[in-house]
Amino acid sequence: MNKLMIWYGELITGKKLFKRGLFFLTPGMLWLIFFLVLPGLILVLVSFASRGAYGQLIWEFSLENYKRLLGFGIFGWTPDYILILWRSVWVALVTTVLSVLLSYPLCFYIARKPERTRYLWLTIVIIPFWTNMVIRTYAWFLILAPDMLPAKIAAFFNFIEPGMPLYPSAFAVYLGMVSMFLPFVALPLFSSIERLDWTLVEAAQDLYASNTRVFKHAILPQTLPGLSVGIILTLVPAMGMFVVPDLLGGAKYMLVGNLIQQQFGSSRDWAFGAAISMSLMVLTMYSLYLYKRRNKDINLL
Amino acid sequence: MKKINLIVNITAIATLAFLYLPLMAVAFFSFNNTKYGLVWKGFTLDWYLKLFQNELILHAAWNTLILAVVSTVVSTILGTILAIGMDRFPWPRKLNTTFDLILHLPVIIPDIIFAAAMVVAFGSLRMLSSVFEPGLLNMIIAHITFQTAFVALVVRSRLVSIGKEVEEAARDLYASTTYLLLKVTLPLLTPGIVAGAMLAFTLSLDDFVISFFMAGPDSVTLPLYIYAAVRRVVTPQIHALSTIVLLVTVILVISMERFTRKVNNK
Repeated sequence: MNKLMIWYGELITGKKLFKRGLFFLTPGMLWLIFFLVLPGLILVLVSFASRGAYGQLIWEFSLENYKRLLGFGIFGWTPDYILILWRSVWVALVTTVLSVLLSYPLCFYIARKPERTRYLWLTIVIIPFWTNMVIRTYAWFLILAPDMLPAKIAAFFNFIEPGMPLYPSAFAVYLGMVSMFLPFVALPLFSSIERLDWTLVEAAQDLYASNTRVFKHAILPQTLPGLSVGIILTLVPAMGMFVVPDLLGGAKYMLVGNLIQQQFGSSRDWAFGAAISMSLMVLTMYSLYLYKRRNKDINLL
Repeated sequence: MKKINLIVNITAIATLAFLYLPLMAVAFFSFNNTKYGLVWKGFTLDWYLKLFQNELILHAAWNTLILAVVSTVVSTILGTILAIGMDRFPWPRKLNTTFDLILHLPVIIPDIIFAAAMVVAFGSLRMLSSVFEPGLLNMIIAHITFQTAFVALVVRSRLVSIGKEVEEAARDLYASTTYLLLKVTLPLLTPGIVAGAMLAFTLSLDDFVISFFMAGPDSVTLPLYIYAAVRRVVTPQIHALSTIVLLVTVILVISMERFTRKVNNK
């Protein structure tokens, strides 16, 4: 510890350096530990507590919340909560797949623009990325309103009654989710596609590879880094999404995000809310783990 | 090949339309001269003028601004110092991995879980002090927390990219620690710090979920106001407000883009 060393051109002892390092590290780390790590741990603890008659917490260890989540209630077994969890995973998967499918053409289109205007086009994708999600979600109210073309077409084919809007519905939730998360895939993907080596694509075509093979062997491996970041940036927040299903799905298409919000809002059952949060956390971590195992070297940010 | 190009172009344009049609509809109907319904009744700027007479909206705008500015300033300072502390000292490997994990927590945890954890934690802290009642202060603390992590990540990547040569040279010329920090490291870091601060500011303006969980009756922000309003009824006034928020976003995004492009071209 007291040995002299050269660090960034300075002759200094390890002890002094350590002290100075702590000086820089402490404020930020303490803040993060106090307001991020500790609350997280408290949330884990609370998920094992229970709710008192007035919504207060009762600190007695029980597995009641997790049992309830698995469907064992006072009225016997129901799959309601498991169904909501499963639906959240499903919606997140569908959203991710659709976003990826739409992002590739979009990125190719922008990448082929002349350099002068390319960044203008890119900015067009970045703007929705940063626009407030409440605005982006409720904006669909207008498109799906009864007076608008989509609802009239749907009414014509008898999907809905005339004069009714297309929301709340599962369809509206998917629409809102894909439009919400598409930029999250497109932007990281673009950074990969921009650097794509097109000579490889040409080589594959010269050797008479079919379009699918060109994509699979020449394009996909090269764009994998950007794609991976995009998939994670979509999959994780999509599973916990609460605004889109709340505004566009209503009670008809509840996701786990709404369930959590309910516990902290109207139901005031923090313990159960904490248990649901834990299950969402486990799902998130598990999907990250699965993904990481398949694609070894992903770097977020 | 031509056929594929055509399909790609059409899909791309359709995708952009899909992203922008709802937003354009909001902007379009904010000029509509009728209180209800989506039938065009003529052009008006009334809804914009009425925004500035609405006490609630002005108050919400003020809250949003205070929240974003205060949390950005604090988190930029905290995050920058933290990044220097993490990158410029020979910490043992294990410690570094732990720091890294903590820093990435806000990136990988769904924001609703972070919000839930904050509600529960502040609920317990309330026993110690009434400062932790739901309200603006709690929202500021929550925002600082996730912003600090993002700022530190951005600044640290800048620290890595500027390397150690310049700082070593300064030491060889007998720069003291304070001198080195103020005259060498910080000026080199400025682009990273500004980029981090801009990111933090936008994240704060953009946040709905965390504010929604933490807000008290007096600390409504614009996203919260819009959310509460559209759950009741959608009015042209909300469209006007949203259009203004959208414009501010566009300005922020364009200046952010210009800034990063300028730095990268240097």
